[in-house]
Amino acid sequence: MARPLRIVIAKAGLDGHDRGAKVIARALRDAGMEVIYTGLFQAPEQIVQTAIQEDADGIGLSILSGAHMTLFPLIVEQLKAQNAQDIVFFGGGTIPPEDAEELKRIGVREIFTPGAPLANIINFVQRECGNRRELVG
Amino acid sequence: MIERPASPGAQPENDFSAQEKIWENASAKGKRRKDVGSGAVDRTISDLPLKTIYGPQDVELDLARDLSWPSIYPYTRGIHPNMYRDRLWTMRQFAGFGNAKQTNERYHFLLSHGQHGLSVAFDMPTLMGYDSDAPQARGEVGKCGVAIDSLADMDTLFDGIDMGDITTSMTINGPACIALALYVAAAEKKGTPRSKLGGTVQADILKEYIAQKEWIFPPRPHMRLIVDMIRFCRDEMPRWNTISISGYHIREAGSTAAQELAFTLADGFAYVEACVGAGMDVDSFAPRLSFFFNSHIDFFEEICKFRAARRIWARHMRDRYGAKDPRSLQMRFHTQTAGCSATAQQPENNIVRVAYEALAAVLGGTQSLHTNSMDEVLALPSEKAAEIALRTQQVLAYETNVTNVVDPLGGSYFIEALTNELERQAEDYFKRIEEFGGVIEAIEAGFFQREIADASYRYQRSLETKDRILVGVNAFEKPEERQDIELLRIGVEMEREQARSVADVRGNRDQAAARTALERLKKACADPNDNVMPHLINCVNAYLTEGEIVEAMAGVYGRYTEKVAF
Repeated sequence: MARPLRIVIAKAGLDGHDRGAKVIARALRDAGMEVIYTGLFQAPEQIVQTAIQEDADGIGLSILSGAHMTLFPLIVEQLKAQNAQDIVFFGGGTIPPEDAEELKRIGVREIFTPGAPLANIINFVQRECGNRRELVG
Repeated sequence: MIERPASPGAQPENDFSAQEKIWENASAKGKRRKDVGSGAVDRTISDLPLKTIYGPQDVELDLARDLSWPSIYPYTRGIHPNMYRDRLWTMRQFAGFGNAKQTNERYHFLLSHGQHGLSVAFDMPTLMGYDSDAPQARGEVGKCGVAIDSLADMDTLFDGIDMGDITTSMTINGPACIALALYVAAAEKKGTPRSKLGGTVQADILKEYIAQKEWIFPPRPHMRLIVDMIRFCRDEMPRWNTISISGYHIREAGSTAAQELAFTLADGFAYVEACVGAGMDVDSFAPRLSFFFNSHIDFFEEICKFRAARRIWARHMRDRYGAKDPRSLQMRFHTQTAGCSATAQQPENNIVRVAYEALAAVLGGTQSLHTNSMDEVLALPSEKAAEIALRTQQVLAYETNVTNVVDPLGGSYFIEALTNELERQAEDYFKRIEEFGGVIEAIEAGFFQREIADASYRYQRSLETKDRILVGVNAFEKPEERQDIELLRIGVEMEREQARSVADVRGNRDQAAARTALERLKKACADPNDNVMPHLINCVNAYLTEGEIVEAMAGVYGRYTEKVAF
């Protein structure tokens, strides 16, 4: 049997709101995935390194401090710099719709905002990270 | 138990117990609604069991012991004899964004529209002890609140405001003692002596480790900073509330009402024990301790939480800590409506949620209140949203007449039963915390963090299964909803400008004076018999920046890291 999907759930910058990140981490774990939660205050470089070292299929970034337009692009850059663009990068938090559109344009695969059903997030991760696994092996 | 009126020989229709039997039969035949799960009907949002109706048999109540009168121990019904008949709660809207100048303009707006006191929201770098030009601050400057790096910023923040005339609440914890030093220095520069300053600095570091996660130093050295601050205020700032022991963030992190109540009060007892342990008389500092609670959407549960909080605090302060001054026993608290109850979907609905939550806070006897703006779940409040939030309080205060009778729900079988149940659950938690050896030990063991994460996951699952309904989110959704409310945005130019201005402050000060002040502070940090507060005031007066001061203190105390679990 194939090993389960492996997802890094990350908190970056100075944002201490970890309720959402922890709920998502548990929900993905309950859905049968392996979840690595980075803990708080991680630098974008560290998050990407963790994902590469752990051979993760996806990175989910949670930001509720308003710094999303800085921190999401920094991770996109790091994924490019470390040649890891196959890793599915998604995120969530208090992110206005225009900002979410802009982030998707630069390479964030999906943005989930407050109230998004867990089932949608789980489906997205299973589908996208599953595809990645098939491609990368 | 409240006694039932004896009615010997009465006809069934006049006999209370017989009536109860008839009702029970009728009730058993009722068909339950199917639009929500049974959990949403039989339990509060915090999972406390609910009955269909409460009667005298449900309430264990000794009137003098448990209820008493307003302003009389154990203060269940309120801490003032006439409550809002004599004085309304303070309408205190939390505000701060961008730089000090922008926030100062918002303060002038709020004060000119009838707000009573100010409440400063700081940005993340300020809360975490980083200057605006630190690499850790990128993207965060001015976003969640106002950026305050040095005395120059604090000066601008209160420009044109008489600091002796208003009270100010500052929501800051890790660097709370530095924020207080900045406030004192800014006021004294404008000619208001520290003894005349009124307000609160949140300074509740224990709930940071438990829930909000804005810490800097490890818990044990940080407790010393708190004791220093409380001692300094006792001696030099008699009108200042030294600490605002906060359940708000515990609740926002996903706790239940009982957890919010229990963990907050346990934190309060830990501060009392730290001060008493440092040789202070309990009545010399306890009257200036204050509290801060969340008002969530489960209406009656919240009212009971506030009532139980007052009673528990009074009982423990009197019986466990030997406090004698009534002010040491009276719990004063601020309330904020629940940010976590607001929804990004159909954000105007949040105005209604806030109004109910504000009503619960007032029926629970709060001393001051912040009502959230409808758009806070999306961004910082716009001016229009902030005004509606303030008007919500004014309608409540002046139009509904709920202010005219003290504790109007007191004596309700349901309210008293639920108040008792919350007190019982809090006492259970106190025992469990004691088994760890105390609050700090329980933090280190991850106890609070785990309890809260479990509760928040349970709640999320109940939305997922539609056991509970959240209007606009898992029911009554509007497909293709587009938000057309105007959002406040903080540009990147602001960050650059603020970074330049803090660099200027560092460049233009008397460097020798700054170095000396910093050396003295480091020495004081290492000397448990000194008090850091006067040294911090010297540091900020020498225009040392917050980041520099924190760095120096971290050199002595180290920095906290959390053991990660989910």
